[in-house]
Amino acid sequence: MTKSFDKTEWGLLLALPVLICLTFLLPAWVVNYIQVSLGTGLVALGVMIQMRAGLVSFGQGLYFCIGGYTAGLAGKFLGISDLFVLLVMGLLASVVIAFLLGFLLRRYREIFFAMLSLAVSMILFGLLSSTEELGSTDGFNLPQPTYLGWAPEGDLGETVLYVVTCVVTLGLALGLNRVLRSPLGYINEAIRENELRVEYLGTSAHRAVHITYVIAAAVSAAGGVLWAMALGHVDPEMTNWTTSGQFVFVSILAGTGNIAAPLIGTFLLEIVRVYAVEISPNTWQMILGTLMLLTIIFLPRGLWSLIASAKRKTAAPKASEIMEGN
Amino acid sequence: MLTAVAIAVDGLGFAAWLFLSSVGLTLVYGVMRILNIAHGGFYALGAYTSAWAIGLYTQTGSTIALTYLIIPLAALAAGLVSGLLVERGILRFMYGRDEVLMVLVTYAIFLVLEDATKLIWGTDSYVSYQPAYWLGTIDVFGLPYTVYKFLIVGVAILVGAALYFALNHTRTGKLLLVVIEDREVSSALGINVTLFFTVTFVIGATLGALGGALTAPEISVVPGIGAEIIVMAFAVIVIGGMGSIGGAMLGALIVGFSRAAFVHLYPPAELFSIYLVMAAVLTVKPYGLFALSESRKI
Repeated sequence: MTKSFDKTEWGLLLALPVLICLTFLLPAWVVNYIQVSLGTGLVALGVMIQMRAGLVSFGQGLYFCIGGYTAGLAGKFLGISDLFVLLVMGLLASVVIAFLLGFLLRRYREIFFAMLSLAVSMILFGLLSSTEELGSTDGFNLPQPTYLGWAPEGDLGETVLYVVTCVVTLGLALGLNRVLRSPLGYINEAIRENELRVEYLGTSAHRAVHITYVIAAAVSAAGGVLWAMALGHVDPEMTNWTTSGQFVFVSILAGTGNIAAPLIGTFLLEIVRVYAVEISPNTWQMILGTLMLLTIIFLPRGLWSLIASAKRKTAAPKASEIMEGN
Repeated sequence: MLTAVAIAVDGLGFAAWLFLSSVGLTLVYGVMRILNIAHGGFYALGAYTSAWAIGLYTQTGSTIALTYLIIPLAALAAGLVSGLLVERGILRFMYGRDEVLMVLVTYAIFLVLEDATKLIWGTDSYVSYQPAYWLGTIDVFGLPYTVYKFLIVGVAILVGAALYFALNHTRTGKLLLVVIEDREVSSALGINVTLFFTVTFVIGATLGALGGALTAPEISVVPGIGAEIIVMAFAVIVIGGMGSIGGAMLGALIVGFSRAAFVHLYPPAELFSIYLVMAAVLTVKPYGLFALSESRKI
C-alpha cells in the first residue's frame, strides 16, 4: 500500500472544509439533504466496493438498518446518546453479523449472491415489522446526540452533527479508497474478471469476498447510524428490499469508477427526488426507473465515466486505459 | 386437530397462490436467463385490471357468474399489453447483457410499472370481493373455507399441468427446451429464438397478471402489492431452483405450508418465515432443489 495521497484522496480532503463551509452559506434544508445523503451515500459505497468484485448486493439495507437500530436500541434501552460510542457499537454489531453471514454468502456469486443477500435482509425486515416492542412498522425515535459528554442544543447541535457526519463519511471514504488500491482491491477486480484464474494464481477468492463483505457491512452500518441520528428516527423500511434497490441504483447511476461517485450520486438523486416529489408525487419512481434505464443503455459505466472520459481527452492515455480498449 | 386442518388447507391455498404468481418468473428465467423483477409489476397490473373490471361489471347488476370470465380476460389483457410493451420496447435491446445487469434493468422497469399503475388507478384501494363470496363456503372438518380458495388451487394445478404438457408433448415446447439448452446452437439450427423470447416473456407476464387477477377478489388491491409478491416469488423459485417449473411447484408447497404453519402456531414469525426457509434451503442446496446444472467456464 502506498503512503502518498492520490488525486481522489486530495479531493476528499479538500471537500471536507468546503462541505463544512456550506453549512454557513446554503439554506438549512439543502444542508439537511447533504447530511442525509452522506449517510445513505456510505451505504451506496458499501454496495459499490462489492460491485468491484462483481457482486451486486440487493440487501445492503440489512447493515444500514443494523447500524440505525443499534444506535436506536442503545439510546432507548441503555440511555447512550454519545455519537462516537453509538458509531462504534453500530460498527461492532454489523461486523459480527457480517462475519458470521459471510461464511454463507461468500459461496455465492452473481444472481445467487443478490438473491441470498436480499433474503437475509428481508428476514430482519420481517422480524422488526412484527416486533411491537420496537414500534413494528412505525419504528421509534432516537435521542439527541451528545459528543464525549458535550451536549450542544438547537442550531449548534445540528451544525455539530453535520460537521461530525462530514468528517466520518469522508474519513471512511478515504479509508475505502485505500482498500481499493490495496492488494485486496485488485484481487476483487480480478475476481470480477475471472474467479477461477484467481484461484489458480494461488489466492483465496472466498477469503477476499468475505473480507470485502465485512468491510461493506461496516461502512453501511456507519451510514445507518449517521442517517438515523440525522433523522432522529428508525423504522424497518431501512432493510426493505426497495431501499436496498435504491442503493444499487445509485451505484449503477454513479458508476464504480471512483470512490466519490456514489456520494455525489446519492446527493444528486436526493435533489431529483425532492423536485420530482414536489412536481408530481406519483411519478417519482417512474422518473427514477427511466433515469436508470437511460444510464444502463447510454452510460454503462455510470455518470462518472463522463468525467473520466473528459479527463482522458486532455491527458495522454495510460497503459491500463489502452488495455480497456478506449 | 383443527390447527392441523387449518395449516393443511391454508398451506394449500398459499401454495397455489404462490405457484401461480411465480411460475411465470421461473419460466422467463429458464428460457431467457432474466430474473424479472418487473414480474411484480405484472402481478399488480393484473390485480388492478381484474378488480377494476369486476367493479365496473358488478355495478351493472348483472349475474356474478360472468366475473369468473372477467378475471382471466383481465389477466390476458394486462399481460399481453404490458408484456409486449416491455419486451419489444425495452428488453430486446438488452439481450446478451450480463445477468445481474438484467436484474437492474427489470428493476427499473418495475419502478416505472409501479407508477404507471398509480397513474392509471390512483392510490385508493380497490375491493372486488364478489367472486370470492358468490360461490359460498365449504366446511372442511368443521372449518369454513370459501370455495373460491379451492378454485384457485384447481387453476394452479391446471396451469402447472398445461405448462408441463406444452413443454414436453408439443413441438413448440420441445423446441423451447432446445432453446433453453443452448441458445446459439438452436439459432443456428433455424429456430427463431427472438420469437420464442417474445412469446415466452408475454406468457410469463400473463401468468404473473393471472396470479394478481385471481388474488384480487380475496384482498384489497393497494399500491405496493407488486413489491410484496416479487420477494416471495423469488423465495419460491430460488428454493426450487431457478428455471425449473417442477421446482417452482415444490418451492411454492414448501413456502406455502411453512407460512401457514407459522401463521397458526406463531403468528409474529409469519413475515420472515419465508426468507428463513429460503436461507435454510440455500445453505444446504446452494442453487436450489432442482437447479439446472451448468458447466464452469475457464
